[in-house]
This record gives sequence, structure tokens and C-alpha cells, in this order.
Amino acid sequence: MQQIINFVFRNKTFLLFLLLFGVSLFLTIQSHSYHKSKFIHSANYLTGGVYKQVNGVKQYFNLKEENNALLEENRQLKMLLYNIEIDTTNYSTLDSTYLGDLYKFRTADVYKNSYSLTKNYLTIDKGKKDSIKVDFGVVTSKGIVGIIENTSRNYASVLSVLNTKSRINAQLKKSNHIGSLTWDAKSYEFVQLVDVSKFAKVKVGDTIITGGQSTIFPQGILIGSIDSFYIDAGGDTYTINVRLFNDMTNIGHVYVIENLNAAEVKSLEHKIDE
Amino acid sequence: MSSASIQLISRFVILVFVQVLILNNINFLGYINPYLYILFIMLFPVRNNRTAIVFISFLLGLCIDIFSDSGGVHAAACVFVAYIRPTFLKFSFGTVYDYQTIKFNQTELSTRLTYFTLITVVHHLVLFSLEVFNISKIILILQKTLFSSIFTILLCLIMTILFSNKRK
Repeated sequence: MQQIINFVFRNKTFLLFLLLFGVSLFLTIQSHSYHKSKFIHSANYLTGGVYKQVNGVKQYFNLKEENNALLEENRQLKMLLYNIEIDTTNYSTLDSTYLGDLYKFRTADVYKNSYSLTKNYLTIDKGKKDSIKVDFGVVTSKGIVGIIENTSRNYASVLSVLNTKSRINAQLKKSNHIGSLTWDAKSYEFVQLVDVSKFAKVKVGDTIITGGQSTIFPQGILIGSIDSFYIDAGGDTYTINVRLFNDMTNIGHVYVIENLNAAEVKSLEHKIDE
Repeated sequence: MSSASIQLISRFVILVFVQVLILNNINFLGYINPYLYILFIMLFPVRNNRTAIVFISFLLGLCIDIFSDSGGVHAAACVFVAYIRPTFLKFSFGTVYDYQTIKFNQTELSTRLTYFTLITVVHHLVLFSLEVFNISKIILILQKTLFSSIFTILLCLIMTILFSNKRK
């Protein structure tokens, strides 16, 4: 017994090092799996508060661009509003009259944004208090941003599309060929659409939109345009380089989308799994 | 509380805030960021015991991790360099270290550069290996380590030179 105690005392630095290194490795590995990064995230009281103060100053530098973006969005919405009769043929498949009941939109400010790491997150100023929950989609007027991963009372952290963990269901706008959106961590301008069937007619410049298969995003939210593509080693699928419409380095205001039917769809799919 | 510990605590807080509020947003050429906060570990008084520095470095890394949503990568890298710091001290300062009388302000620039380079490169290598967490992307890891290290070392040297004159 005496020897054990002596051993611990002699090697206490090494043992402490092992313990702390183990704890940080555990936290790292946990942060690599989706929905498990529960302890360490910037959506808590302290960090959210700090980022809030800084954002209060930072917002002023982008006022002009933000205003232009809002004007542009207003213009698009006005076009939609006044041309709705002419365009009804296009919407017959989407049944726009039900869209209001299916999805709920909330606005939020981005407090923190990162795009230079391999696992990027954003922090927004809405949380549980504003009924933001895990797995809500986050978009801007130009395109998708990410998915809510953690929430606290006043803040939420968003898993960015620029995260090697992120997998979002997406499709070609022209045909219904689907794939999943991933990121290879090389450039913040491009994301990769993988597992697209080789029967799809892929052309450079075509638009990629979200697919209707997930319960997170509605179908048809803009993602980006095709920059280049190649056939995988297996020969059955395409990997497509997608240039994002969103400038991920400059995101001020976002919309959080709640799918009101998500619980119903999920419980149905859960039954199939069993 | 002595003035030395107050100085340490204020250095800790200032470095964390400078790191998360300013340096994490530099993103030079898209992905190159300096990690100045390891200056705290480099300049930690030599005479203090090793257990303390390992523990404080863990806290330092964890603070950065919480702010930048990176799991535990900074904590791991900090604990690692804090643990092997004595080896680097001995390697770069030689016999001066044995007498435990190093004052970082009075060391020569070349030996200080060796010491900073060793700590920075090892820290960044551990940091980016854990962040990427994929051995097949070794090129990306080395690339990030190289460029960020150059940035960090330069900034650390500039900082120590700027702030050392004041105390003379």
C-alpha cells in the first residue's frame, strides 16, 4: 500500500497529464459524432454573453451590406407577390397554399461564425426561450447555412454546412436525382454533393437545391451551382463540386426553419425501422 | 495574493479574449490563424511545479475550446506541450535551465526562437491532427501546422519584444 501511494506521489505530474489528456481526447472524440457534443459548445451563458457584446459593435460595420441584402430579398418577395397569378402553373406541384402550415420561420442574428476549421459552428441569438430546438434548419435569403445542434436558454449553436460532420439531403433542380451534401474541408466556397446516380444529367452551372427527404429543410431551398464533377472510382456515382450561393464568411441575419410535421414523419419512419 | 499571481491571472484572461475575439477571426488566406494564447504556457514561470502548469494549461485550452466549439482539441494540445515543456527548456537553454534561473526577458533571441519554435510546432501538430482526425489527410494537417506555426512564432516574438522593454 505504501508503495502504491509513493508511486502515485512520484508520478503525480505524469498521472495528471494522462488524466487530463484523456479527458480532452474524450471531448474531442465526442465532438466528432453528431448530437453528442453536449458539454463543450459556445451556446452557453458565458460565451453567448461575450459574443453578444462583441456582435453589438461588429454589426455596425456590415450595416450597408445587410441593408442591400434585405432590399434584394424584398425585391424578390415583391416579384413573387405580384407575379403570383402568372406563375401559378409552376407552383401546382408544390401546393403553396399549405406551405404556411408546414413550416415556421423565425429570424435570428449570428453572433459567432467560423469557416477556417474543419468543424465549423455558428452561434445565434435565439435559444430554447424562443422555442428553437435541435434539428431545425438555418438558412439565409441566398441559401442554406446549417442545422441547429445545441441549444441553451438564450443561444443556439448551428452545425455549419462547412463541417466535415454535416450531411444534408440535396438534389439537382432539373431532375429529382438526390445525393448528400458533404464538405472536404478544402475551401469555404465549395461543398461536395456525393452519391449522385450516374444516370443523372449533370451539367456545369446547374443549380443544386435541398431535397424533400429530410424533415429539416423544405424542398427547394437554394444551395449552390455545379462547378465541376467527376465519376467516382466505383463508376456508379458522381461527386459534384458545388459553389455555394451563400458567402459563408459573411453571414449576419438568418432564418430558422421549423418543420411542424417533423415529429409525425419521424415517428412514422421509426415504426418502419422497428 | 502576490503581484506575480495577479500578473499570471490577468495574462490568462487577456490572452483568451485576444485569441477568441480577434485572432480567431483573422483567417489569413482562408484558413491560417495564429494561436497566440500558447504564449501563456511558454512564459509560465519555470520555478513553479509541473503539476500546476499541466492543470492550468488544461483550463486554458478548455476555455479556448468552449469559445470556438472545437471539442477538446486545444485542451489536449495544451496539456501535451505543458507536460513536455521541461524537455524543450533543457534543450534550448541548456545549463541555465538546470539552475532554474531563467528570465525569459534576458535570454538571447536565438535561443528564445528555438524554444518558441519547438513548443509551437508540437502544439500545432497535436492540435491539427486532432482537429482533422483523419490520417489520410496528413498533407492538410502538415500544411496547416506549417503556415499557422510561422504566424504564431512571429506574433509571439513580437509580443515578447514589445512587452519586455516595459519591465526593465
